[in-house]
This record gives sequence, C-alpha cells and structure tokens, in this order.
Amino acid sequence: MSDLTDLYGEVILDHCKKPRNFRLIPDATHKASGANPLCGDHIQVYLKLDGDKIADIGFLGNGCAISRAAASIMTQELIGKTKLEAEELFRKYHAMVTRDMGKPYEGEDLGKLAIFAGVAEFPVRVKCATLSWHAMEAALKGGATTVSTE
Amino acid sequence: MSGVSAKKEAPAAGSSSRPEPDWAAVRADFPALRQSVRGKPLVYLDNAATSQKPQVVIDALRQYYEQHNANIHRGVHWLSEQATIAYEGVRKKVARFINAPDPRECVFVRGATEGINLVAQTFGRKRIGKGDEIVLSTLEHHSNIVPWQLLCEETGAKIRVIPMNDAGELLMDEYAKLLSPKTKLVAVTHVSNALGTITPIKRIASMAKAAGATVLVDGAQAVPHQPVDVRDIGADFYIFSGHKMCAPTGIGVAWAPLALWNSLPPWQGGGDMISTVSFEKSTWAEVPAKFEAGTPNIEGVVGLGAAIDYLSAICMDRIAAREKILLQAMEAAILRVSGARLVGTAKEKAGVASFVIEGIHPHDIGTIADREGLALRTGHHCAQPVMTRLGLPATARASVAFYNTLEEAAALEAALRKVVEVFGG
Repeated sequence: MSDLTDLYGEVILDHCKKPRNFRLIPDATHKASGANPLCGDHIQVYLKLDGDKIADIGFLGNGCAISRAAASIMTQELIGKTKLEAEELFRKYHAMVTRDMGKPYEGEDLGKLAIFAGVAEFPVRVKCATLSWHAMEAALKGGATTVSTE
Repeated sequence: MSGVSAKKEAPAAGSSSRPEPDWAAVRADFPALRQSVRGKPLVYLDNAATSQKPQVVIDALRQYYEQHNANIHRGVHWLSEQATIAYEGVRKKVARFINAPDPRECVFVRGATEGINLVAQTFGRKRIGKGDEIVLSTLEHHSNIVPWQLLCEETGAKIRVIPMNDAGELLMDEYAKLLSPKTKLVAVTHVSNALGTITPIKRIASMAKAAGATVLVDGAQAVPHQPVDVRDIGADFYIFSGHKMCAPTGIGVAWAPLALWNSLPPWQGGGDMISTVSFEKSTWAEVPAKFEAGTPNIEGVVGLGAAIDYLSAICMDRIAAREKILLQAMEAAILRVSGARLVGTAKEKAGVASFVIEGIHPHDIGTIADREGLALRTGHHCAQPVMTRLGLPATARASVAFYNTLEEAAALEAALRKVVEVFGG
C-alpha cells in the first residue's frame, strides 16, 4: 500500500501541474490563509457564499504536489455544497487521511477524494493534504483568518 | 572492530600528522548506518540536522551508567568522585579541541540554542540597552535570531542585518557600513546550515572588535566539520552543539574568555551555581559552575568527551578534506539531474548541498527520495530569512559527514532521477 504511485498518482500530478480554480475571487464573502511552516507551504482559500451555498471557491498559493492537488480537488468537490455539507465532507476526508497506517480504508466512498486515501501511508504528508481544508473551514467559521498546521 | 584506534588522549584537533584513515572501516563504526530503510540501504544525508553516533560514544554512555553514575561536585563518596573526574575531564578535552586557553571557559549547555540564549540573557541584558544595535547576518539559523529579538523587545535595542549575494556570501562592504558606536554585538554563524557558506569569520570578528563590539559566533555547523581555533578566530563567544559532532543530543558548549564570563551575572539559579545561600543574599560560584545550575547532563558530557576523542583520532583536517570531496560529489550528482540547480554556491562551503528541481516542490523530492532509502532534509531549514532573500519557499538539502561514501552520491543522483521520472520529466 505504500507504493509511491499511491501518493503521486496520475490525477494528483495532473492537478498539481494544472490546478483548477487557481484564482482569487475578488468578491469573496469568506477567505482564510493556511500555512505549513515546516515546509514553507502557504495557501489562500476564497469562498463566495450564496445564502448557505458555496457558489464559488478558489485558491492561490505555493506548495508541494499534495497540497496543490488537495486544494484543487477540494474546490471542485465543494462548489454547490452547503456550509454544513462542506464541513461534514472535511470530517470524513480527515478521518480517511489520518487513519492508522497499514489499515485499508473502509469508510464511505468519497468519490474523487478517494485518491487521497494513500496519504495515510505517509504520515508526514497528512498536513499537506489537509492544509487547504483547514483554511476552508476557518474561512467558513470566519474566526481565524490564518490557520497553521503546526 | 573500529575504524579509529581508541586512544585516551588524542592529538590537537588540527594536527594532520596521522595517515589517511580507512574510511570504510570508519563508516563501520556507526551502527545506525548499517540499516536498510524501506528495503533499500539507508543513505543518511541529513548530517547538518544531526550526526549519527559511533559505537565508542554509545559504549561510553553505557559504561558511564554501568560504572560511574553518581551526581557530581558534591558527594564525598568514591562514585561521585569518579563522575566528577569524568565530567571535568571532558571540559579539558573540549578546551583542547577548540584551543581554548582555559577549560573553565567552556560552559556546558544543552546545545547551541541554549548557549545563545544564555548569552542573550546575561551579556545581552547587562550590556545592551535602548538605542543599541545588534548585527546579525541573513544566513542565521532561527536560534541566532529569535533570542536577540526577544532581547530587543525587552530592551529597545535594534537588529541590523548583514545582507548576502545570490551565491549566499555575506556582503562585507555592507557589513562595514552597519558597524557604528551603537553596535554592541555582532552575532554571526561560522557555517550556514541552509547553504553551507563558510563565512569570513576572522574578518567579521576583527572588524567588529575594531568598532568596539562584542562578537558571538554560532559554530554549530563548523565544529563538526573543520578544525576550530577560538583564539585564532578572535571571537568573544563561540557556541556549538554536541549532537552534530557524533555526541548525544542535549549537550553543547558556550565558550568565552574567563574575564568576560566573570563580568556577567548568573543566568539560571539553583544548586551547583552558588557559593553560599541565605534568604538575605546568595553568592555565586566561580565560572563555569556559575552558569551550570542544577544537575547537568553528565551522560551527555561523557558522550561528548568520547566523540571528541573519536574525531580527534581521525583528525579534523582529514575530516574536512574528506567532506570536501564528498560535497563536490554530491553537488555534481545533483547537477546531472535535469532541472536541478544548487542553492548556495559560495566559494567557501562546508558540508551542505541545498538544491531545487524546476517545477517540483522540495517536499515531494524528500518523500520520493525517502522511498529510495535517502534521508534528505526539505523545508526552510530554520533559516527563513535565507529563503526569503533567495525568493524560495523551501529547498531540499543533502548534507554530508565523513562517513558518507561516493557510492551514496550515485544513490542521490539515482533517487533524484526517480523524482523527475515520477513527475513525468
């Protein structure tokens, strides 16, 4: 299970090289920064809410392949979801990437997010896979505008 | 089996009268290097973070606990006397290793970080005040930045920074301009942990002294890799860690001339650092005890002594020469990989090859290299100002020690080719 291709699969590399929704949203209603001081990753997440619904979401920043791909795929998955649905999805995603090493993932099928299941085999990379999600959550909560994975 | 004959008293650090050691036998002295990682032989290239430990150091710790363990400086009993002799004996070894005039000048601390904090909290608080300036360099590790920032917040002093060029060399003309009567302290690294630059430390020290400033040198990356002579350098404080030079973690040395130490107030209060105590007033013990409050890291000191004997038996000149060859091999290996470039190309370098690969984040390089058995460091290396100056979020770093091999340079090249391959290069 700990083969490199689990981490650096085709889809992840594609999103790393061509991140989707890699843009600032000038009229964002919610935004937050995420930082992973250990590796120098830095990400900004922008959300535009229409009532309770995520009408638009984008991100900018600088990071490794995993953090870029995670942010890119997160934006695709969250468009059209409600705040509550987004938070719930993060909870499930977080449980998937932080499960014990060597244990197959037996939770609910998370669709496209399932490609991050292999991250659990690389514990130091969990922070990379969750950085954008933490920032998204902080933005929705509107509390902290900067989150850190440290 | 040992690559180095274990002699009790090794010659002075700089002596190169010894024959070239059998480096394969030297490598065999390090048990941790015999491991496989993820089915591949371990290639340990994170020596700037910490070195591996030779069997003689591991044995010294064991022997200490099996035969000599007692608290020092206070027992009248035989065992305490043995422990005290061992502890103070290492102080003499340290002094000889860095050519300090008097062993009492070598204060044992937890590591370079604690040593710098000790100076900031004693010298800094006493001698640096509002409007004074502290000169640091862009190359500093966070441990030689943050203690001074804390001091500045407390005292109202200011930090000035010596800039560097794109190669990672300090701009000496700019440094000269920073010096003024306001400069109370110049605190600069001897070797950069992020880029490997060897700074012109003698010149830095003499210019600071001419301006009337005190000089602190962070020697954490220098002492493990080259002969260091504190008298020749001309600094006031010279500070280093044990764990980067084959000794255990949690032990380091802060050196300063006796008169300077004597002029400073104590730092931490407690047992061992006092002469007399009453509730009205206590008087301080003589240096170095004045700065070594509480039961110290005796096993760490014993291990440091064994490490100094070990390194001295190989000879620091030989180590420096060997590591120069290894570093050149690592740099050449990196440059053979498409899209790779070195970060930090100073003329004088020691031990560190920092690099980036076009379009691939250092963190990904580190993870893929790890799967090939390589231990690389990735990130900002606790030197964020260096990264900011170079406009990079992070680098990957291969740092060598004398026990690395030329075959490991080939392994580095192969692993980096694999990185490029994974990313479809």
